[in-house]
Amino acid sequence: MIENRPGLSALAHLVLILGVVVVALPVWVAFVASTHGPTDFMSGTVPMWPGPHLVENYAKMLDTGLSTSGTPPVGWMMFNSLVMALSIALGKIAISILSAFAIVYFRFPLRGLAFWCIFVTLMLPVEVRIVPTFQVVAGLGLLNSYAGLSIPLIASATATFLFRQVFLTMPDELVEAARIDGAGPMKFFRDILLPLSRTNMAALFVILFIYGWNQYLWPLLVTTSSDYYTIVAGIKRMADVVDGLPQWHLVMATAVLAMLPPVAVVIFMQKLFVKGLVETEK
Amino acid sequence: MKRTIFSNQLLPWLLLAPQLAITFIFFLWPAGQAIKQSFLREDAFGINSSFVGLANFTALLDSPEYLNSLKVTAVFAISVTVVSMGVALLLAVAVDRMLKSSRTYTTLLVWPYAVAPAVAGILWWFIFNPTVGVMPYVLEVIGYDWNHISSKTDAMILVVIASAWKQISYNFLFFVAGLQAIPASMREAAAIDGAGPVRRFFDITFPLLSPTTFFLLVVNIVYSMFETFAVIDATTEGGPAQATNIMVYKVYFDGFIGQNLGSSAAQSVILMLIVISLTVIQFRWVEKKVEY
Repeated sequence: MIENRPGLSALAHLVLILGVVVVALPVWVAFVASTHGPTDFMSGTVPMWPGPHLVENYAKMLDTGLSTSGTPPVGWMMFNSLVMALSIALGKIAISILSAFAIVYFRFPLRGLAFWCIFVTLMLPVEVRIVPTFQVVAGLGLLNSYAGLSIPLIASATATFLFRQVFLTMPDELVEAARIDGAGPMKFFRDILLPLSRTNMAALFVILFIYGWNQYLWPLLVTTSSDYYTIVAGIKRMADVVDGLPQWHLVMATAVLAMLPPVAVVIFMQKLFVKGLVETEK
Repeated sequence: MKRTIFSNQLLPWLLLAPQLAITFIFFLWPAGQAIKQSFLREDAFGINSSFVGLANFTALLDSPEYLNSLKVTAVFAISVTVVSMGVALLLAVAVDRMLKSSRTYTTLLVWPYAVAPAVAGILWWFIFNPTVGVMPYVLEVIGYDWNHISSKTDAMILVVIASAWKQISYNFLFFVAGLQAIPASMREAAAIDGAGPVRRFFDITFPLLSPTTFFLLVVNIVYSMFETFAVIDATTEGGPAQATNIMVYKVYFDGFIGQNLGSSAAQSVILMLIVISLTVIQFRWVEKKVEY
């Protein structure tokens, strides 16, 4: 702050409070809706304060779900989402840190080409190659499996670049010392590089977990059996009712459950989250 | 570049193998297939396909539906970018004035980043729902009859709000970081010279923020063109009357539901060219930042 202007500060507070309210509004409305019974929506508008059905609605969704929409219990879909998010996050970190290690600490023919192959994935988001990628996964027999949900998404140029950057800033003396002490490349990797990149891995994990949990198009395509539905992709199937109104109180309970894990991760690991966000965009 | 390296020749390939295998099988090969497919046309039964040159592309450019989709994408991407960046900049400038409370406000503003685009779509779909929603009720009071199921404009506004809402927190974090990187001495000097807060913002803060703004511009355009697929699918499904049928949604719809593989592949190729150019712009920018 440059000078003391109480009026301006008050205005800034007002803007921020308005911003917080606007940002929180949809979630508040969803939460309130999820605490009411089915008849509370008949009157025309959604109530603005929580009702008495919180425990009942959430227990019902977690345990049995909305069977009329053909979706499994929400608890099960959350488990699927968790498996997918963890596989994607850990898979991306594992294969990227190995690639970055190879690219930074070795000189070999076609190194540049390998680097470019990885770089190109940045330019090919799943949305632009939907149909052929689906055909490949179907051809490999990976539809309706956790492998099909996660493996096609774990190639990562951004994660590789991040680790490359981290390794490039590490002093050369580390390798020299390791070699004098007789350590081979894998021992150096395991005992020196891995421990030194721990915070970067944690920050990246936060970002990638959110990325994995929030996947929509891919799970929608590769899961036709309800056993593998993820919560984010399943929620639309609940809101889509052919005749009549969706059971809004239950759909909104699912929406709240779908955002709970990633939002909790952002709030409780805010420092790592911001670090990961800024680093992956370098 | 490292001065000291290991001399193994086989090991680096083993280390790269998983990444390269996935890249090849799930990225490069399908992309190649899309390019190949875009020059072919399948018969009605999908058994034979023949080489048709650029016919799929010329057919697209002659199709009013595709031209409409281009226009819709442009309107949508620009609106989402302007709304989310505008709101985020306003909030970031406000937070930048705060000393003690900035951390609290930041926490309260960043969490929508974690909400899935599909869930964001469902939330706003519910709020604006013509029968049970809160907003149509409020809008009716001021005399506006909201209905995104029949009105093209309302549908567009809905998907723009849902997509922009989710992106505000991301832009906000980067703007805050950008503002903190501006030396306080510059603004102090301007203040001593008698420039008021508004003048200081436009003459000093905003120009010095331009690297962040350019970066966010590219990121937001990419976001609104590709990642918003889920917002569209969870809410309007491209309707009403194609009013929100953005390009990524059309690729999916024509390829999976319409089963028109040649046309869908040609659309994929056009989208690839767009992503490639946006990525090149982004990386050129990273190399020589816009600075004063």
